[in-house]
Amino acid sequence: MTDTEMDVDRNKTVLCRFMSEAGEVTGSLLDLPLNITRDKLQLICNALLQQDEILPYIFLVKDKEITGSLDNALDKDNLNTEEVLDIIYQQQAVFRVRPVTRCTSSMPGHAEAVISVRFSPNGRHLASGSGDTTVRLWDIATQTPHMTCNGHRHWVLCIAWSPDSARLASACKNGHIIIWDAESGNQVGRTLSGHKQWVTSLSWEPYHKNPDCRLLASSSKDGDIRIWDTVLGTTVRVLAGHTKSVSCVVWGGAGLIYSASQDRTVKVWRAEDGVLCRTLDGHAHWVNSLALNCDYILRIGPCNPITNPHGTGNDKLSLQKEAEKNYQTIVREAGERLVSGSDDFTLFLWHPEKEKKPIARMTGHQQLINSVQFSPDARYFASASFDKSIKLWDGRTGKFLATFRGHVQAVYMVGWSPDSRLLVSGSADSTLKVWSMKTLKLELDLPGHADEVFAVDWAPDGMRVASGGKDKVLKLWQN
Amino acid sequence: MPQNEYIERHRKLYGRRLDYEERKRKREAREPKKRAEQARKLRGIKAKLFNKERRNEKIQMKKKIQAHEEKKTKKTEEQPTDGALPVYLLDRDVQSRAKILSNMIKQKRKEKAGKWDVPIPKVKAQADSEVFKVLRSGRTKRKAWKRMVTKVTFVGEGFTRKPPKFERFIRPMALRFNKAHVTHPELKATFHVPIIGVKKNPSSPMYTSLGVITKGTVIEVNISELGLVTQAGKVVWGKYAQVTNNPENDGCINAVLIV
Repeated sequence: MTDTEMDVDRNKTVLCRFMSEAGEVTGSLLDLPLNITRDKLQLICNALLQQDEILPYIFLVKDKEITGSLDNALDKDNLNTEEVLDIIYQQQAVFRVRPVTRCTSSMPGHAEAVISVRFSPNGRHLASGSGDTTVRLWDIATQTPHMTCNGHRHWVLCIAWSPDSARLASACKNGHIIIWDAESGNQVGRTLSGHKQWVTSLSWEPYHKNPDCRLLASSSKDGDIRIWDTVLGTTVRVLAGHTKSVSCVVWGGAGLIYSASQDRTVKVWRAEDGVLCRTLDGHAHWVNSLALNCDYILRIGPCNPITNPHGTGNDKLSLQKEAEKNYQTIVREAGERLVSGSDDFTLFLWHPEKEKKPIARMTGHQQLINSVQFSPDARYFASASFDKSIKLWDGRTGKFLATFRGHVQAVYMVGWSPDSRLLVSGSADSTLKVWSMKTLKLELDLPGHADEVFAVDWAPDGMRVASGGKDKVLKLWQN
Repeated sequence: MPQNEYIERHRKLYGRRLDYEERKRKREAREPKKRAEQARKLRGIKAKLFNKERRNEKIQMKKKIQAHEEKKTKKTEEQPTDGALPVYLLDRDVQSRAKILSNMIKQKRKEKAGKWDVPIPKVKAQADSEVFKVLRSGRTKRKAWKRMVTKVTFVGEGFTRKPPKFERFIRPMALRFNKAHVTHPELKATFHVPIIGVKKNPSSPMYTSLGVITKGTVIEVNISELGLVTQAGKVVWGKYAQVTNNPENDGCINAVLIV
């Protein structure tokens, strides 16, 4: 290339302006050279937004991400240099989770299949429920068994950590719920019994509503949702209305409880008085799972992966305020969004606080959808299906983004890394797979389990992944 | 026409007869006898109607008794069984899938040694005279170098017969098989799966190369439809199985998977 050509190339500019995801224009028009790189865009954007420190952004031009320089992302043939080019910027998590690459420990102990695995919100504890009727607590630091909680008399189907990480609720197939103390492993209060059939899911009241973490919602096969006072050990309220088994219950941050059922409906209840607010119809078959865009924020409660990863601090009120603030930042733009996955191979995106009508109906899967998960930044959600694939969708509009293929059998569960850049999936083909949001491809294949993987969870601090399955061992994965 | 509830009124004012309770008790005590007599005496349509009513009454009675008994007895709790499943699989009828088959290294080692722990360890040797039938050829049928296999064979997909002059062994079309009924010993289920090849016929290596399948022969079958996976998450497709019947007598191949 000669000097003159270089000059011409350098002089090629395009009129641009920066725009946030919500469509607000930032700064004035800019005349940017076509060969501007992503790093430079980042500097400009940070300067325009007057950030104190440089934050990572991704830039999109006409739904295409700028990876190298601007001209790579542009369609040069149809480029109109007269027009203003909108560059949409999206802030990314300031921390970065490194992908898990290896199995650091296989912890035997359970005498039956491991059905549920969950890290505590502060990332310090790990609990697992199993078919051998025990709940086990594991020591993450030394990766050894810590405590065994005996009390249930049937398979422990689901477990849920209270948002303050002090207690763990577990439910068994007989319909009993037991609350455990995270430190000592002893039972707290009495066994909560009332459900006539097995419990399908548990959900605690969000931290910013009540920092004492007293109330717990549980859904059951018998069609009821019960709200429990875990301190008194009594039922506060029974939400009856579903005509078939309730498959999932989620306690939203706005004081609403969402429940999905096999009677093809999603119902919205007001938490404080148990009034049925609305019924969301649309699915043609069982609704299997629900996900909220603020799921991650509600889960971690007072913790914050950057400033306060362990949720420490004596003052409950300030922690509550912090949780409330985190919650508000997520729901500020779009409000609470709910996505439901069903046996009719479709997903629906709802705006459950306001309207009965769905925002979008998402088709594409060829088998039933077993689990949906919103990414922590609420930008995407992923759906795991029995058709061996995982699909990625836009969290605002429900637009289809990508399909992840690679599993050779049904995918049971997905989990997001806290920075929303990685996704881990567990499958019946005995492997875990890590998918990258940047390349939209398989990042890593993690074989190691000897049989189906039933449960997988990415720690809220992003350090490790735990998985359990039919081969009775619990595995921890790290980078 | 009687006006108003005068009987009730009278009762309220003056009460019942003094022996009312006793008479009532006696009448009720006599009731079964009366009914029995009626049941014996009635004939025809009346008997039919009577019996029908009585039957319904008895059903109601039994139901009531049962309901009361249920209240009294304490419910026994369900005991946990093996094969725990997560919530999302509880309402789906999942077939019990096989455990992961023995690991690959072990299998490779066995393959090298050419030995397997087989379901039928001792196999009756098949004599040449039993397996092959001599076909005489030539104008005067003096030559006897042609053989016809009289057992079931597996012939690969791309096989073409040689010209008659060079074809020493004839494998009749009617005795060629390409599918077998394979039983998974742990699952206790049988699948009709395609044969990939004959791994070893213990009677003679020549039979192996010819693809002769007799009782005790180890065959390789395609089990991809069983949905077994290796530890690395790949679908297992080729697996060995031993034939357990005499295919030439039965007209089908039954085999047991070697795990």
